[in-house]
Amino acid sequence: MSGLPQTADYVRILPELVLSIFGIVVMLLEPLFDERRSQRTLGSIALIGSLVAIMASVFQAQNPGFAFWNMVRVDGFSVFFHVLVTTIAAVVILTSYEYMSVQRIRAGEYYGLILFGTVGMCLMSSAVELVLIFIALEISSISTYILAGFRRREAASSEASLKYFLLGSFATAFFLYGVALMFGATGSTNIDKISPALEQSTVPPLAYLAVALMFVGLGFKVASAPFHIWTPDVYEGAPAPIVGFMSTAPKAAAFAVLLRILFEANAPGRFWLIWFSAVLSMCLGNLGALVQTNVKRLLAYSSIAHAGYLLVAFAAAPEVGVSAAMFYTAAYAAMNVGAFAVISHFANAGEKYVTLDDYAGLGRRSPVLAATLTIFLLSLIGIPATGGFFAKFYVFSAALKADLVGLTIIGVINSAVAAYYYLRIIVVMYMRESREEIPVRGIPLGLGTALVVSLAATIYLGVLPGRVLDYALASANQLMQTPASAAAATVNPGR
Amino acid sequence: MVPITPIHYLILAAALFTLGTIGVLTRRNVVIVLMSIELILNAVNLNLVAFSRMWGLQGQVFAIFVITDAAAEAAVGLGILIAFFRNKETVNVDEVDLLKW
Repeated sequence: MSGLPQTADYVRILPELVLSIFGIVVMLLEPLFDERRSQRTLGSIALIGSLVAIMASVFQAQNPGFAFWNMVRVDGFSVFFHVLVTTIAAVVILTSYEYMSVQRIRAGEYYGLILFGTVGMCLMSSAVELVLIFIALEISSISTYILAGFRRREAASSEASLKYFLLGSFATAFFLYGVALMFGATGSTNIDKISPALEQSTVPPLAYLAVALMFVGLGFKVASAPFHIWTPDVYEGAPAPIVGFMSTAPKAAAFAVLLRILFEANAPGRFWLIWFSAVLSMCLGNLGALVQTNVKRLLAYSSIAHAGYLLVAFAAAPEVGVSAAMFYTAAYAAMNVGAFAVISHFANAGEKYVTLDDYAGLGRRSPVLAATLTIFLLSLIGIPATGGFFAKFYVFSAALKADLVGLTIIGVINSAVAAYYYLRIIVVMYMRESREEIPVRGIPLGLGTALVVSLAATIYLGVLPGRVLDYALASANQLMQTPASAAAATVNPGR
Repeated sequence: MVPITPIHYLILAAALFTLGTIGVLTRRNVVIVLMSIELILNAVNLNLVAFSRMWGLQGQVFAIFVITDAAAEAAVGLGILIAFFRNKETVNVDEVDLLKW
């Protein structure tokens, strides 16, 4: 229990260390450079940082186990989310180059904050100690609060930031209250020690309340109904690449935490909580999206609906549900980051062109980008040969295996309804003439790379889902073994 | 004289939590909303310290982390509020109405 941290400890937080160091370097260099020309350099440093972090995460996989006195657990599950989150960060940084220069935002800390936020999200997926989970959650949230308000001369952006901040810290307070009660109910804040305490025949009643409160906090972070009110407003006001970032990376990380708390810690009374939240998210998200005319807002409602589909996997049996959920977060990240990359290119200075009418005639004006966006939208619908199809397929088949027929039917009906609003964007792009002349710019290198990466990931997951799914299954099994190993650990007086 | 047991602390914390929640939901000034959130965090701290008497010191350590986080959050929150104020000249929640539906 005592002594200094070993080298292995540091290896197990290597991606976080790399990201922090690069984040600090970006912040230190920022004031030394000329404002106008430094953006690309700082962005490149951040990009290198996130690429090194991806490599560090892969390297870390050879060294699974606990670190820092059972606070961090590196396993297949955490490595999966590490790679996912750092890749999202890299793609978003690539997207941001052009966006930042078009919007005339000159601030190196933008890239620094993306890296720092990613540190939090990485830690969220590997933390097995509620204290560390809370701190990681805050690192990621506070960074995204600031990033949401980065177009600070626009009233909409600062309003989005303020709303996100107020509701976000309110939700965090709920989460914390839940953690405190969980500590009171079980006597520990370590997930591996909580789970045997919750497996006894009499679960302390306080634990139910604790799980409910923690679910409120995390439900907010993943934008699931009824804690979704902030989503459309914040996504509309925040800078487009950042929306791509925060609709995927913090969400994936929060889902990882939710998986750890619900399954690894074996939270009591979770089923109906998830069931209601899943149904509400799917229905409210899709119904809300039907009437939207702003594309960012529309995708915000769609992201609520997708959180609902994901929660369906949570309601299913853990053996298949966990891997289905992991696959879904990856597929959703690929297509959503891509879609927002296209949107941030079209948005133009001041994000003028983000309504559905502005997308009219895009198929003619910019055929390549329109085709790319179409593929992402088809994937969001769940058309075969795209990642979205297999994601939905695995989620619903996991639900059916658990005999959740009602939930599956609601989910499938919802995905049919969802097709309407995604197709509407495609129809507008190809079938309608543009009313005004909207300037078209070429595709710069950074954005092009980002699009190729997300397109490749979307199609890869749609055509050859096997490898990713196998990996998810293996790491989900690893995750589920924990109660047994934790029980074995309590035999030795480890406290 | 009734001895003070953990239950009393829990009730006090629950009362603080409720007060904070009501404050967030009903107050219109953003600064007061922020203060209400701090109130909830202090309810959490009270809980943690009370449970510490039953389970050991880790609860108190956790409370210190919560205090630190509250400070960080307040700093960022007030910064965001200033950015908002520059655009809209108000700190009133009712006038945070540019984005809706």
